[in-house]
Amino acid sequence: MRVAICEYGAGNVRSVALALQRAGAELVDDVDGADLAVLPGVGSARTAMAGLQSRGFDVALQARVAAGKPVLGICLGLQLALEASDEDGGVEGLGLLPGRAERIRDGRVPRMGWAVVEPLGEAFYFAHSYAAVTPCATAWAEGAVAEVRAPAFVGCQFHPEKSGAAGARYLDRVLAEVACLSPA
Amino acid sequence: MPLARLIPCLDVAAGRVVKGVRFQGLRDVGDPVELGAAYSDAGADELVFLDVKATLEERRTLVELVSRVAERLAIPFTVGGGVRSVADADELLRAGADKVAVNSAALLRPELITELAERLGTQAVVVAIDAEGGRVHSHAGTTATDRDAVSWAREAEERGAGEILLTSIDADGTREGYDLAVTAAVAAAVRVPVIASGGAGNAAHVAAALGVAQAALLASILHEDPARLASLRREVRALGVELRDAA
Repeated sequence: MRVAICEYGAGNVRSVALALQRAGAELVDDVDGADLAVLPGVGSARTAMAGLQSRGFDVALQARVAAGKPVLGICLGLQLALEASDEDGGVEGLGLLPGRAERIRDGRVPRMGWAVVEPLGEAFYFAHSYAAVTPCATAWAEGAVAEVRAPAFVGCQFHPEKSGAAGARYLDRVLAEVACLSPA
Repeated sequence: MPLARLIPCLDVAAGRVVKGVRFQGLRDVGDPVELGAAYSDAGADELVFLDVKATLEERRTLVELVSRVAERLAIPFTVGGGVRSVADADELLRAGADKVAVNSAALLRPELITELAERLGTQAVVVAIDAEGGRVHSHAGTTATDRDAVSWAREAEERGAGEILLTSIDADGTREGYDLAVTAAVAAAVRVPVIASGGAGNAAHVAAALGVAQAALLASILHEDPARLASLRREVRALGVELRDAA
């Protein structure tokens, strides 16, 4: 499985790379040609989107999804895939799926720590101040969207690469789904 | 709210994990890479690594060590000690840290907190506060400042801190319990999560800290027997605190 991580110049992508390698992925640079493109997410929406655009990843990811080639967005990567985010005074997203990221109103913010994701039934690690509001949600934790799915796109609000054994199992499942789409 | 977190802390000096009492009399308790991996495997919810004697000369060794610890972890990893600039923080994140903790440098130049938050996102910025009698101390507890812990925590949050790591120097290493009064005061003053630190001696201490803070830092109580983490988690759960099922 050839997996390309979109490195847009911020945050810890090393842990994503290590986790994907542990799941058996071969990391490549070719975002257009890889079996799976991963949009990691750490940092603020505006800086991240500018980083994506300056490297041409915005166009590359839109083209991938339009062609039915899978993309995995993690945390901010999920939020950037939506139509827009309220962060940093409003930022236009990639529009890979409908919806927007809105500021979390309840509890302590950033929402930081482990929460059980349903229907997955396991705890995963979250660290975010904005949450997706979208009709494409497929899993939730404490009422907030934890996973979204659209044709050729999966996004998780939690960090599978930081979620211990549960996170490793999640990445294994995503890679297995991609393998079904792209027979060797 | 997410589940309460138990966070082992590696205080590192010259490449080794050390532990003292009230920040004094540091003794060697192990290898950071081995201890970090052991805690990750035993169900730690996160790991914190503080370079307690961070010096410019040892900076490169530190980054290399952080990288080796990170390689063995599948849980969130916070690194602090000697972070003075966005460039320092970036280097640690590239080495595999998820968050950076700042302390003395932020007291000297509070704008640093905002610079880090803009570059890394607030979720990656931990402001560490060492307090004695409610008063903030800098430089690994050696220098008293004129700030009180509650107002400094509030200012740190306004400037972009995503989390407050509050260590009571009075309680540090004593194993006599967390300083619940100062922890509760800080937690009430901010909306970001607060990590209680200093004084854990048994499960009841940890459970009490988790009654006022969102996470509890653990050091002395674990280092002589890292396997203690698993039994401590069971004991804390038995006291009614919900923790993740770390299997």
